[in-house]
Amino acid sequence: MSRQGFLSLGDRMSDTPPPNVGDGLAGIWRFIVATLRRLGLWGRGFVIAAPYFWLLLFFLIPFLIVFKISFSEAVIAQPPYAGLLQWISDPDLGELRLQITLNLSNYLRLLSDDLYWSAYLSSVQMAAVSTLLCLALGYPMAYAIAKAPPSRRGALLMLIILPFWTSFLIRVYAWIGILKANGLLSNLLASLGLADPSFELLYTDFAVYVGITYSYLPFMILPLYANLEKHDPILLEAAADLGCRPWQAFLRVTLPLSMPGIIAGSLLVFIPAVGEFVIPELLGGPDTLMIGKVLWTEFFNNRDWPVAAAVATALLLFLVAPIMVFQYTQGKQQERED
Amino acid sequence: MSQTVRKPSRLEPWQDAKETPYVRIEKVSKRFGDFLAVDDVNLSIYRGELFSLLGGSGSGKTTLLRMLAGFEQPSEGKIFIDGVDMSGIPPYERPVNMMFQSYALFPHMSVEENIAFGLKQDRMGRDQIRERVAEMLDLVQLSKFGKRRPHQLSGGQRQRVALARALAKRPKLLLLDEPLGALDKRLREKTQFELVNIQEKLGVTFVVVTHDQEEAMTMSTRIAVMNQGYIVQVGTPTEVYEYPNTRFTAQFIGDVNLFEGRVIEDEPDHVLIASEEAGCDLYINHGTPTPVGSQVAVAVRPEKIMLRKEDDDGVADDRNLTAGTVREIAYLGDASIYIIELDSGKTVRVTAPNVTRRVDMPITWEDRVQLSWRPYAGVVLTQ
Amino acid sequence: MKRFGFLSWALVFGYAFLYVPIGLLILYSFNESRLVTVWGGFSTKWYAELLNNEQLVNGALLSLQIAASSATMAVILGSMVGLALTRFGRFRGRTLLGGMISAPLVMPDVITGLSLLLLFVALEGLLGWPDGRSATTITIAHTTFAMAYVAVVVQSRLAGFDESLEEAAMDLGARPFKVFFIITLPLIFPAVVSGWLLAFTLSLDDLVIASFVSGPGSTTLPMVIFSSVRLGVSPQINALATIFVLVVAAGVFAAAMLMARQDAARRRDEQMAAQGG
Repeated sequence: MSRQGFLSLGDRMSDTPPPNVGDGLAGIWRFIVATLRRLGLWGRGFVIAAPYFWLLLFFLIPFLIVFKISFSEAVIAQPPYAGLLQWISDPDLGELRLQITLNLSNYLRLLSDDLYWSAYLSSVQMAAVSTLLCLALGYPMAYAIAKAPPSRRGALLMLIILPFWTSFLIRVYAWIGILKANGLLSNLLASLGLADPSFELLYTDFAVYVGITYSYLPFMILPLYANLEKHDPILLEAAADLGCRPWQAFLRVTLPLSMPGIIAGSLLVFIPAVGEFVIPELLGGPDTLMIGKVLWTEFFNNRDWPVAAAVATALLLFLVAPIMVFQYTQGKQQERED
Repeated sequence: MSQTVRKPSRLEPWQDAKETPYVRIEKVSKRFGDFLAVDDVNLSIYRGELFSLLGGSGSGKTTLLRMLAGFEQPSEGKIFIDGVDMSGIPPYERPVNMMFQSYALFPHMSVEENIAFGLKQDRMGRDQIRERVAEMLDLVQLSKFGKRRPHQLSGGQRQRVALARALAKRPKLLLLDEPLGALDKRLREKTQFELVNIQEKLGVTFVVVTHDQEEAMTMSTRIAVMNQGYIVQVGTPTEVYEYPNTRFTAQFIGDVNLFEGRVIEDEPDHVLIASEEAGCDLYINHGTPTPVGSQVAVAVRPEKIMLRKEDDDGVADDRNLTAGTVREIAYLGDASIYIIELDSGKTVRVTAPNVTRRVDMPITWEDRVQLSWRPYAGVVLTQ
Repeated sequence: MKRFGFLSWALVFGYAFLYVPIGLLILYSFNESRLVTVWGGFSTKWYAELLNNEQLVNGALLSLQIAASSATMAVILGSMVGLALTRFGRFRGRTLLGGMISAPLVMPDVITGLSLLLLFVALEGLLGWPDGRSATTITIAHTTFAMAYVAVVVQSRLAGFDESLEEAAMDLGARPFKVFFIITLPLIFPAVVSGWLLAFTLSLDDLVIASFVSGPGSTTLPMVIFSSVRLGVSPQINALATIFVLVVAAGVFAAAMLMARQDAARRRDEQMAAQGG
């Protein structure tokens, strides 16, 4: 309730005189400032308006354009889609009419062609499985870091973040050398007599799971750690005092309390993983279907922009619910921090 | 209950009709959405006062202070400081400085830089700033700590830096938001006196927000008791304690026993109130004129009630005299608190100094006792 | 002696999972043999080849340039959002702003890339700007998603600071603009720096969005790597990865040393405060 004053006083300082011709640059500057002030876009107003304008133009409006183009027809032209609005001259009435053509065929194609359906479903499935893998691997790690002596936590956490600072593409690439036929893993297994050197895991769904888990693991661990680190160890002592065995205390106290961290981490992994392109492209096989790959192919290989737009729209609709949940939990988090 | 430490010689400008108030708050209200934080407040604060706004959380005291500082604008009403209407004047143009509850010391600046901050905003000369900072450091006895950063100081030292920073610009009016709130009890008592000394030395007007009645009683020239956004009572510590005007004030400041009753006599020199709860008629030799027959409450402070064993004799008057049984005793060392159940079933609290050694234990559990008090001990509360 | 329990094993396994692939990558960058899995002796020839690979070097230079400018813009815009969301209370459109700033954190790259490309095409048709796709369009795209990360970092830093600091500065006579530059900005500076580094890395790392919004002649490093990796394993990429990891590790090590020193100083200060009380 106390925010009134800060940077809000731009409008009160509007005593700048009108610009004098001949003042040159300073005059122009003063004129700009005075105009912005009059519009309430100076000081506090500007701080809000500038990023607002940027995000509207480069984040929100693009979605509307995607939505619009998903209804248009593909044509061989530059850009390769037809407009929705057309001037039609009606010879009977002798007038010019504005006609809106909503072309639903792109969506009909998504519905009728099995390719898209199975791509969506398999994307969700792959993202979900990878999310669970991240959780299974990340939770114990986050828990162990949170339990470590405070002096060591920083270093342990740094080691989690460090790979994130190196190139994502290169980290995915690292697995090619490991998983391919005659690669490091098959050679290792062969030398142990467990498999043939030509044994290959690359270009399979398994490789995609490994790739997603590997790349997204920090996104799971960080929110989990942020949550677990705040738990008061006295709670566990209280649970023990009241008769809980350690694993019971974990299940009944720690796990429920870490739910916000689990949700945040899972969404941070799941949502981008659904639309993942690089990992299935590099590690997945020809029958690894993921919607990001389909969109890429439609766009770059088939040059069918409207269908790509329809795929994107459908994917976005698909992700609206999880994104809303994510924003809701983020908002709640912030309220708590305030 | 500590009583006022103010010297009796101190001026009482609010008694003087010729004085003009330094701060005038006129019909000020503040709304946050549907919530009425400050409700039609009128106040006059005079030069050189140490004025306390006392109330619980949500009483509107901090909002009122923030309106004086300029961080909030009143929804209705006006604030005048030194005769100037403060409407629309931003905090950085007001002749007022504030000491924040959290101290709000700039963590990236040394103690000296913190104190010099306000002076630099005024574009004061470097030598002058250095001189003033040294003077302020001396005032709060932190001369050796000027180069330190806030996090290198103890809580009490930070509090003094905050005070020095707020005083450095020599404001005519200093606002203090729970100035002692973050200190532990012993340090708080010591600092109370320091604050009063500094205030008297510099002659600055202080407006202090506090929830601690003892703090308000000790330091203030006057106290405004606030509840739910409005002002319940304004008065000197003695007035507020001895003559509370409402049940709220009586109960908020110190402990009190309240007896419900009905006025049966209303004469210029006294009132007589019949009270079943008290088990006797209550005789009060002063008070507000109240029509006969009206329902009132009588407030009697625990330390004003005298206790004696029932079998003792020498009872003169049956007014303000009742009987009960001792149910609890809390021994505090210097005094004891007795919880006594009257024959009416009402529980009464009595504090008595432990004049003799406790071994004697004149009154003990389940003793029958008589309670009595002087005609001037009680106060009639109509609201 | 502490029991080496489940949690410790989880950590060992987890860190092994994270670091073994990177370790192998580095190891084989010094491999004489072109075959990534056969050790042919120590060699640094791939580093030399890497430096002579004009395409890679040009891509790297372009990427660095785009990363630096988009990180700078993202820091400015993202800090503004962080400031608005933590310090301005309620204002009209706050919810929408909060939504638009947190959505890019999870938005799949293919959607962001496609939508921005379609925007640029539409804008070009409408206004004649931007004139084709280039480093400029990539910079705009990277600024847009990176500012979301900056906003989060700045927001959490600001939330940790008492708002009365800014009020105190105003109370002492500083105007709002000045308050921002002498109080708020120095306080959030660490967040601004880490936000910049984060934005820089994200930009340097992005393949998908850049592929959509780049034009001829604006091929970024990830795009070069991608097309070479698609063709199979190349020791040059291993060499590049090693350079990446070394630079990052050096930076992180320096940061860790700095933090450890600050930590020690803080502990000393706390002791000093306790004694001085």
